[in-house]
Amino acid sequence: MDLGLDGGFADPVLQSQTAFRAIMDALANPGAVQRLVAPGSPTSSIPPELVSTLLTLSDHDTSIWLDDSLRADSAVLQFVSFHTGAPVVREPGRAAFAFAAGAEHLPRFDQFNLGTQEYPDRSTTIVLAVPALTGGPDLIIRGPGIKDHGRISPVGLPEDFIGQWSANRELFPRGIDLLLVAEGAVLGLPRSTRIAEGH
Amino acid sequence: MTTLPQYNFAYLDEQTKRMIRRAILKAIAIPGYQVPFSSREMPMPYGWGTGGVQVTASIIGPDDVLKVIDQGADDTTNAVSIRAFFAKVAQVETTTHTSDATIIQTRHRIPEKALSKGQVLVYQVPIPEPLRFLEPRETETRKMHALEEYGLMHVKLYEDIARHGRIATTYAYPVKVEGRYVMDPSPTPKFDNPKMHMSEALQLFGAGREHRIYAVPPHTEVVSLDFEDHPFAIQHFEQPCALCGAEQVYLDEVILDDRGGHMYVCSDTDHCEERRAAGHVGDLGVKEAAE
Ligand SMILES: [Zn+2]
Repeated sequence: MDLGLDGGFADPVLQSQTAFRAIMDALANPGAVQRLVAPGSPTSSIPPELVSTLLTLSDHDTSIWLDDSLRADSAVLQFVSFHTGAPVVREPGRAAFAFAAGAEHLPRFDQFNLGTQEYPDRSTTIVLAVPALTGGPDLIIRGPGIKDHGRISPVGLPEDFIGQWSANRELFPRGIDLLLVAEGAVLGLPRSTRIAEGH
Repeated sequence: MTTLPQYNFAYLDEQTKRMIRRAILKAIAIPGYQVPFSSREMPMPYGWGTGGVQVTASIIGPDDVLKVIDQGADDTTNAVSIRAFFAKVAQVETTTHTSDATIIQTRHRIPEKALSKGQVLVYQVPIPEPLRFLEPRETETRKMHALEEYGLMHVKLYEDIARHGRIATTYAYPVKVEGRYVMDPSPTPKFDNPKMHMSEALQLFGAGREHRIYAVPPHTEVVSLDFEDHPFAIQHFEQPCALCGAEQVYLDEVILDDRGGHMYVCSDTDHCEERRAAGHVGDLGVKEAAE
C-alpha cells in the first residue's frame, strides 16, 4: 500500500533552500525563468515542480487548495498530509496556497483569497503547472523587478488570462500572486506585474 | 568540528525558515508593505540585528558568499560577530568585498559600489514603521497605509521646513515605493536613499523586535518624500576622503588627537581600501607600497 511516503526531497534542508531561492528570484524578477529543483513525485498525477513548491512553502500553518485532479488522487492527499501536515481546504477563498496541475480545473483568480486592504499579504499564492513556460502567445510584462519591460510566452494559461490578470492588478495591494511551473523551472508573476498582449 | 553543538543548517529550524520565507515572498509581491512575521529568539540581543539575521538565515545556502557591514565597516564587533555566526552555522564563505558577495547584511549603510543583479541586500531594521512617531497605535498606522493616507508625514516634513528652513531629517528619511507605500529605509543616511531607486539588487528588510519584513525588488521606483519648493537633496561633503581622495561618497569624521585634529574618511571601508589598493591617495593617505 502506498502511504504517500515516496518522493519528496532527498535532502530537505538544502533542497528546500535551493527551491526557495528559485521561487524568491522568480517573484523578484518576474518573467525570468528560474531552475527549480524537482524531486521525485509520489504519483504521476502531481508534477514534480508542484511537489517542489509544495514541500518548500507549506506546512501545518498553511491551508492549501488542490485542484480536482490532485484531490482525486489519494496518493497526493497522503503525500501532502505526511510531508507537510497542511490542512487541505475545498474553498479557494480560504487557501494560503493553491496548487493546480493544469489551468482547466482552476477557478477564476477572484475566487481565491485576495487579502484585505490592511493585510494584503493574507492572499492566496497560486502555483500552476503548465505544459511549457515558453512557446505560447507573446505577452509583455512591466512592473517592479522588471527592467523597462519583459516578454513571456507560457503555454496553457487559464482562459481570459489577460482579463483576469488586469482585474487582479486593479486590486493592488490586494490580489493573488502566481507561480507558473514546468519542465524543472518556475516563472513568477507577483500581483504588482502588469501584463499586456504582445505583437 | 566535533565539539560544536548540533545546529540546523543556518541555525533556524525548518518551520521557522518556511514562515519567514513565506513572509519574504509576500513582501516582494507588495513592495514597501510591512509583512508581519513571528520573530524568533536569536543567540544575540535585539539591536544586534536579529531581524536581518533571521532574513539572512532563511535565504542563505551553502554556495552563498556573505558580507556584513555595520555603518559601512566590515570590522566592527557587530559585523564580525554576525559574519562569524554564519560561517559557523551555515559554513558559508564570507568576504569584505562588495562585488564578491551574494548576500550583504547591513546596518545603516548601502555600499558605495553599485550592487549588481543577483545580489541581495539585507537590512537590519530597528523601527520599520515610518509613521510610528506620528501615530503610536499600530491599528491606526495600518489603516493609514491601507488608505494611502500619508498627509501626516508631509505635515511633519513641512514643519521641519518651517522650523529649520529645510527638511532636517538626515537618517531614516522616508521614501515612497513604486508610488504606493511610504517606507522607512532603516536608519541609513539619506545620502544612500538614491541607491535604493532602481537598484539591480533585491533589498530585504528585517525588523526582529517589531516582527516585520518588507522588501524592494530590483528595478523598483524608490522616491524620497519632498516638496516642489523644497526638493530632496543628499548630504554634501566639502572635502574628499582624506585617505583615498574619493568624492561623492559618504564620509565619517575621525578624531586624530585631543587638540581638535580630525579627518574625513570613507564610511565604506571596503570601498576605501579598494581605491587605495588601486593607487588613489587622499591628502592624509599614504601611497600603497604594493601595486
Ligand atoms: Zn576613502
